[in-house]
Amino acid sequence: MDEIDVTPANVAPVIEGVDEQPETAREVVFEIRDGAVRYGSNLAVADVNFDVGAREITAIIGPSGCGKSTFLRCLNRMNDFIPGAKVEGRITYHGENLYDPKVDAAEVRRRVGMVFQKPNPFPKSIFDNVAYGPRINRFKGDLHDLVEQALTRAALWDEVKDKLKKSAYALSGGQQQRLCIARTLAVQPDVVLMDEPCSALDPIATSRIEDLMVELKRDFTIVIVTHNMQQAARVSDMTAFFTTDVGEDASRVGRLVEFDRTHTIFTSPSDQRTEGYITGRFG
Amino acid sequence: MSMTMTPPAPAPTPARPSIRRSSAGPWRSAKSAIASTLIVGSLVVAIVPLVLIVGYVIVRGIDSISWAFLTDDIPILSRSEGPGMGPAVVGTLLITGAATVMAVPLGVLGGIYLNEYSARTALGRVVRFLAEVMTGVPSIVMGLFIYSIWVLRFGVSGFAGALALGCLMLPVVIRTTEEMLKLVAPELRESAYALGGRKAGTILRVVLPAAAPGIVSGALLAVARAAGETAPLLFTILTVNATNTNLFHGPNTTLSVQIFRNAQQVFPGPQQRAWGAALTLIAIVFIFTLLSRGLSAVFSRKHRV
Amino acid sequence: MAIHSELLPASPEHLGDSRPPGRGVDRAFRLLAFAGGILVLVILALIAYSTISKAWPAFRDEGIDYFTSDVWDPAHAAFGTLAFSFGTLVISVIALVISVPVSIGIALFITEVSPRWLRRPVVTLIDLLAAVPSVVYGLWGLLVLVPALPGFYQDWHDLFADVPVLGSVFDGNPIAGKAFMTAGLILAVMITPIITAVTRETFATVPQAQKDAALAMGATRWEMIRAAVFPHSRSGMTAAILIGLGRAMGETIAVALVIGSSPQITEKLFSSGDALPSVIVNQFGESTGTYQAALIGMGVVLFFLTLMIGVIARTVLARSERKLGAA
Repeated sequence: MDEIDVTPANVAPVIEGVDEQPETAREVVFEIRDGAVRYGSNLAVADVNFDVGAREITAIIGPSGCGKSTFLRCLNRMNDFIPGAKVEGRITYHGENLYDPKVDAAEVRRRVGMVFQKPNPFPKSIFDNVAYGPRINRFKGDLHDLVEQALTRAALWDEVKDKLKKSAYALSGGQQQRLCIARTLAVQPDVVLMDEPCSALDPIATSRIEDLMVELKRDFTIVIVTHNMQQAARVSDMTAFFTTDVGEDASRVGRLVEFDRTHTIFTSPSDQRTEGYITGRFG
Repeated sequence: MSMTMTPPAPAPTPARPSIRRSSAGPWRSAKSAIASTLIVGSLVVAIVPLVLIVGYVIVRGIDSISWAFLTDDIPILSRSEGPGMGPAVVGTLLITGAATVMAVPLGVLGGIYLNEYSARTALGRVVRFLAEVMTGVPSIVMGLFIYSIWVLRFGVSGFAGALALGCLMLPVVIRTTEEMLKLVAPELRESAYALGGRKAGTILRVVLPAAAPGIVSGALLAVARAAGETAPLLFTILTVNATNTNLFHGPNTTLSVQIFRNAQQVFPGPQQRAWGAALTLIAIVFIFTLLSRGLSAVFSRKHRV
Repeated sequence: MAIHSELLPASPEHLGDSRPPGRGVDRAFRLLAFAGGILVLVILALIAYSTISKAWPAFRDEGIDYFTSDVWDPAHAAFGTLAFSFGTLVISVIALVISVPVSIGIALFITEVSPRWLRRPVVTLIDLLAAVPSVVYGLWGLLVLVPALPGFYQDWHDLFADVPVLGSVFDGNPIAGKAFMTAGLILAVMITPIITAVTRETFATVPQAQKDAALAMGATRWEMIRAAVFPHSRSGMTAAILIGLGRAMGETIAVALVIGSSPQITEKLFSSGDALPSVIVNQFGESTGTYQAALIGMGVVLFFLTLMIGVIARTVLARSERKLGAA
């Protein structure tokens, strides 16, 4: 159950100072070219171009309403369930077109897990929440072991090991969110998408989740949407800054302004809008 | 075991299973596909009888429909062929109308009581609960009730039938009214009060008009159901062959009662009249139902946030 | 909001151009509204009182036999209603067995499967199904279904003839078009709209976050329904089934036309039978005295049964709403 034995030895334990990571080692998970989202005839997000690297934390920041979350949901095809939503452009996952009609969307979501803004455990026990994914995926091994590993990785095991049969609703908000992370990890994904995972949590719970993210990126690729710039600065390797373009007809379209190393974005952004947003927020 | 949590190894990337193939095996997607098929199938299962019945009634009944059918008296000799259903058309309109005139105002008042005067009181809760339960009281029981309390004393009449139908409509109108009043924004009431309005005036001139389309929609649905009722009328109005416009005196008849009586006849004449009456009744009931749906669509559009 | 901005500018004139009603008017209106609400209690009490008092002679003469005897022989003043209660139970169960899965399916279609534009038309269609008058179902059942069914029942019987229990359940005494099964089938169609409506409302309250959680883990639509929709809707579905049961038990006219009016207690579903409400309408006209009291007594039985079922259903529903409201 030790975390050592589940970590590939050849991953450098780089937790901070990503700039030291050699560029050549960058393995691309998602390649996004001219990504756009439409609701019916309304363009909601457009002109998104960036790559998500493996075992990196990519943060998506920007003012509210800029389509950050909408775009995030493209990466595991959760937009399929929004009536009228249509994804355009080309998004590949490990070189495969994510929106190819032959792709099994449920399989995509098994590989690309998601943690939501508000903790959303099922009305079941703590154990059953984590075991849900493995069970529907017909997991053949020792379920109890897997649940323990997932909860350990989500830094929740010690707090809940004596009450696994208790309802998930008995946990605090921060614990519920870590439970949701454990539930996602139990499916053994490749990527974890996080949609403002700390926005409903207090500062202490937030900081625990941030530590957890840094811990998890040794094995997982993480894409996080956040409205909290300090959070992006603290945890992420790469940052994508989105903004809202208001057209003449008052139409609002979210666009990618700048994508770069987090350090660069926060110290020497190349676009004025990025700088304005960052300095405005930092005061 | 420890391997289960091993993430994909870093570059050089080993052969990664394609996302085009489900790792879970075909059974899960198949199961979901079967479930989706069953879900769509259940809709079809429900629509088939609707289409069959309505279609059959139209095909069989359309030949009967004529001005004479809708206005002529019912043949005295039930086995004879030909029109008409005049007394039943008049009876249906009169009796349902009388029930509406009684039940709708009282029901709206009841709804106002529940939402505006006793939303959180114990008595309000009891009334609301029992109004819901009352919607489930079988219509035949309402017939027996009016028979026991009215017909045994004052004899059969269209009015007795209207009383029974009114009792069936009342709880429906109360509940719809309450639900629709609940949708009216509290700010609306507050602004009326702030302008010095009294409670009764505010309710009647501000709140009720705002909720009116929804209430009318609910009332129309209740009218449609009442117009099709048979059981509570059989022993409260009996039957008659000539039009009786006096609601308070003597037996009466309705389309529903005529369908019930004629359906049980073995002769083609009365059966044909039953189909004709059924088509007339379905037309009346569907018009009210669709009117109600249309109004509720308008109402819900208006209330969409 | 829309209403607010529409009506607000108008209200000053509305309230200002005429004198606001005085305090007396206010009090009178309150009293009137109170009367409208209290009427429900009055009617329910009057139903209980008037029907029980008219049925009393039968209850008094027959005693417990009224409920436990299956001998119904008005000519010899024997009024046992067991066979009718049995029939009501049998046809209600048949109706529920058929209607509940179909209704849940339709509710799932409307809330989980249907594209948005199709929802309203489907709801309207189900509304129309509810709007077809009972007597029209009965007419169609009697003149179209009843002649067509015996052959079908016979084939069905032959198919299961050698299966232990089903061989005897799918049989008649003799096989008839007017049968428990026919009544059950028609009832199933008639109670589908109400069960669908209540189930649909419950499904609609399932939090989107729960559905997203299941889907984001790679659950298929069906797995999502099982993980998120059903667990949240258990009490709602229970209530829906109970409300459907109440409707099935009280439905009179369609059943009266197709059940065959020959009371018997048998496990053979393709036999003619009779049910409480249909006995009342079919025999009321010729009844007097204790006979009539016995018929009204069945109304009393129906009233209290449906009242009880309604109370349980609404309690379950109210509790589930409270639970969801708190969560």
